[in-house]
Amino acid sequence: MTMTILSLGVLAGLFGLLLGYSSVRFRVEGDPLADKIDSLLPQTQCGQCGFPGCRPYAEALVAGEAEINLCVPGGEDTISVLAETLGREVLPLSDEHATHVPALAVIIEEYCIGCTKCIQACPVDAIVGAAKQMHTVIEQECTGCELCVPPCPVDCIDMRPIKADTSTWAWPQPQLASGVKN
Amino acid sequence: MARLHTFPGGLKLEGHKTISTGQPILKAGIPERLFVPLNQHIGSPAECTVEKGEHVLKSQMIGSVTDYVAVPVHAPSSGTVIDIQKFPAAHASGLPNDVVIIEPDGKDEWLERKPLPDITELDPSELRNMIRCAGIVGLGGAAFPTFIKLNPVGRQISTLILNGAECEPYISCDDMLMRERPHEIIDGAKIMRHALNAGKVIIAIEENKPEAIDSLQALADDLDWLDIQSIPVIYPTGGERQLVKVLTGKDVPSQGLPLDLDLVVSNVATAAAVHRALDHQQPLISRIITVTGSGVRSPRNIEALIGTPMSDLIDLAGGYTEDADRLIMGGPMMGITLKTDATPVVKASNCLLVQTPADHATEAITRPCIRCGECVKVCPVKLLPQQLYWFSQSKNLEGLQTHNLFDCIECGCCSVVCPSHIPLVQYFRYGKSEIWKKEQETVKSDRARERTEARIQRLERVKAEKKALHAARAKKNAAGADRKKEIQAAVARTKAKKAESTSSTENPDT
Repeated sequence: MTMTILSLGVLAGLFGLLLGYSSVRFRVEGDPLADKIDSLLPQTQCGQCGFPGCRPYAEALVAGEAEINLCVPGGEDTISVLAETLGREVLPLSDEHATHVPALAVIIEEYCIGCTKCIQACPVDAIVGAAKQMHTVIEQECTGCELCVPPCPVDCIDMRPIKADTSTWAWPQPQLASGVKN
Repeated sequence: MARLHTFPGGLKLEGHKTISTGQPILKAGIPERLFVPLNQHIGSPAECTVEKGEHVLKSQMIGSVTDYVAVPVHAPSSGTVIDIQKFPAAHASGLPNDVVIIEPDGKDEWLERKPLPDITELDPSELRNMIRCAGIVGLGGAAFPTFIKLNPVGRQISTLILNGAECEPYISCDDMLMRERPHEIIDGAKIMRHALNAGKVIIAIEENKPEAIDSLQALADDLDWLDIQSIPVIYPTGGERQLVKVLTGKDVPSQGLPLDLDLVVSNVATAAAVHRALDHQQPLISRIITVTGSGVRSPRNIEALIGTPMSDLIDLAGGYTEDADRLIMGGPMMGITLKTDATPVVKASNCLLVQTPADHATEAITRPCIRCGECVKVCPVKLLPQQLYWFSQSKNLEGLQTHNLFDCIECGCCSVVCPSHIPLVQYFRYGKSEIWKKEQETVKSDRARERTEARIQRLERVKAEKKALHAARAKKNAAGADRKKEIQAAVARTKAKKAESTSSTENPDT
C-alpha cells in the first residue's frame, strides 16, 4: 500500500517537473489563435467592425469581446469560417444594409492640394506624395477601405469599383434547374 | 509500327467530321474591318504599339510584349488603324478586351521581308526567339506560346510528338491541313526538331483520317527521323497526357509536363505556322478554322485572317439555318459559348460550331445525382467526378484540391455520360476559378497585413524618436537653465567684485 502510494507519488512528481520544464522551455510566443483568426480576415483594415484594423478585431474575437458578424468586406464567407474556427453559431451580418463592392481609391490629381491628410489616414501606406505635392494611390496596394475619403478637405478622392475583365473573371457556380435538390 | 497503349476511361463519340471535310479549304479574303485582340494567348496581353490613324503593313507588329509568357501581335493585312477600343472577346465571359480595329486598304501590302539564313545553321535559342517574334502559339486551342514549349531547359528531348489526333467531334481543321498541306507540317517539324535538338518526330493521327495519314506518309517515307503513327479513335486521345500515354505507355506526372519524360507535344497546325514564320517570314496572321454544325448550311474549313468577324465566316459557310441558336468556339465537348458572332477569329479559334436546339436539348432537364458512378468509369485522369461535384456544390475548396481537381482536363466525358445531365465540367471550372480567386485574395491580404504591420511599427518608431527628441530637448533646456543660473551667478560675482573694487578705489580718494 505505502509502496504504491510512494511510487505513484514519485511518478506524479517527476511528470509534474517535466511538464513544468517544458511549459517554460517550449513556450509559444504570441497568440496562435489570434494569428489564425487574423489570417482569415480580409485585411482591408477598414475599421467597419468598430476596431482599428483587422488584427485588433481578431484579438477581440479570441478574447470573446466581439461578435463574429462585424466584418463587412468579408461578408458571409468570413462569418462562416470564423464560426467554424471559433466554434460559434453562424450569425447574419450585423449591418444588414452594408454592401461591400470591391473598389480602389483614385485621387483626382487636378484637385489635390497636397495636404497629406489622406497619406496619414491610409492603413497600408498605399498613398505617395509630400506636402504641397500632388498625391497618388498605388493601385496594387489599395485595399479599398475608404479611410482616406473623409479626411480629404477638397473631396478629391473617388472610390471606383473594380471592373471585372477577362483576366479577373471567374466562372459562376452552375444553377440547378428549379426543383432539383441534392 | 510501335506498340500502342491505352489510357483509362474515354468515350467513343460520333465524329460528325465528314460534314465539313467534303470541300477544300477556302481562303476567306480580306474582311471590311479587322478586329485584332491584343490578348490572344495564355499569359500577359501584348501592348499596343500603333496609334489611331496610323497606316500599317501586312505582318507589321501592332502589339509588343515585355513579359516572358507572352507573344507579339501582327497586322493581318495592310490598312489604317481606325480605333483601339474594347470589343467582345473570344472568351467564356464575353467581356470586352482591347482590340485594334484596322480598316484594310485592299492592297494586302507586306512589310519588307528579308530571306533568312539556313535554319540548320541557326542557334536553337535564336530560332526560338524568331518563333516568338512571329507570334506563334499552340493552335490546338490552348494558345500557349510555342517558343516556351520549344525550350528543352537542359533536358535531352527524345521525341517531338506532333498532335494530329483531332479527337473532338465536328472539328476537322487539322485533318484538312494534313490532307492539303503535308509539306508545311513536315518542314515545320524539321525546324522544331532542330530547336529542341530532338531525336525523332512522331506525327500521331486518329485512324479515322486515312487521307491525312496517306498524304503525310507519302512524304515521310524518305525521312528516317519521322514516323506517322495512326492511333485508335477514342476521345480524348488528343489530350496531351492521353496522347503521351497512348504512344509511350508512360504517365505524365500530376502537375507535371511531358517535358518530365523528355517529350514535347505540339499541334500539327503549330508546326505549319512555324514553317511559314521561318521559311516565308509570315508571322501568325491567319489560321484554318472549321465552320460546322447543324446550324450552318454548308459546313467547311476556311482559312481566315486573325481578326475576321465570325459572322463573315458564317456567310462563307452558306449562312445560318433557320433554327440555329447557339455559337460555340471550339468543339461541343470543350468549346466556349460565344455571345455574339461579331467576335473576331483569334489564334485559338480552331472551330466555330453552330448548334440548333436539338443539339443541347438535354441541358434543360438536370436531375439529382443518382450515384451511378458512370462518370468515374469514363474519366481519363482517374478522378472522382461525383465526389468533386459534391465538393464544388458545397464550395469545399480544400476537398476539391485534395481530390486533384487541377488534374481535370475538362474533356467533358463525365458530363456526356451523366444520366442526370448534370453539367459536371461547369462545376469543375467554377471550382478551379474559385480556388484561383482565393489564392489571389490571400496574396493580396498577406501583403496588406505586412504593410499594416510595417506602418504600425513605423508609427511607433516615429513616436519613440519624437519622445527621445523631446527628452533631449528638455535636458538641453534644463542644462540651458543651469547655464543661465551660472551666468547670472558669474554676473553677480563680477558685479560684486566691481562694486568692491570701486569702493576700494574710492577709499583713497576720501
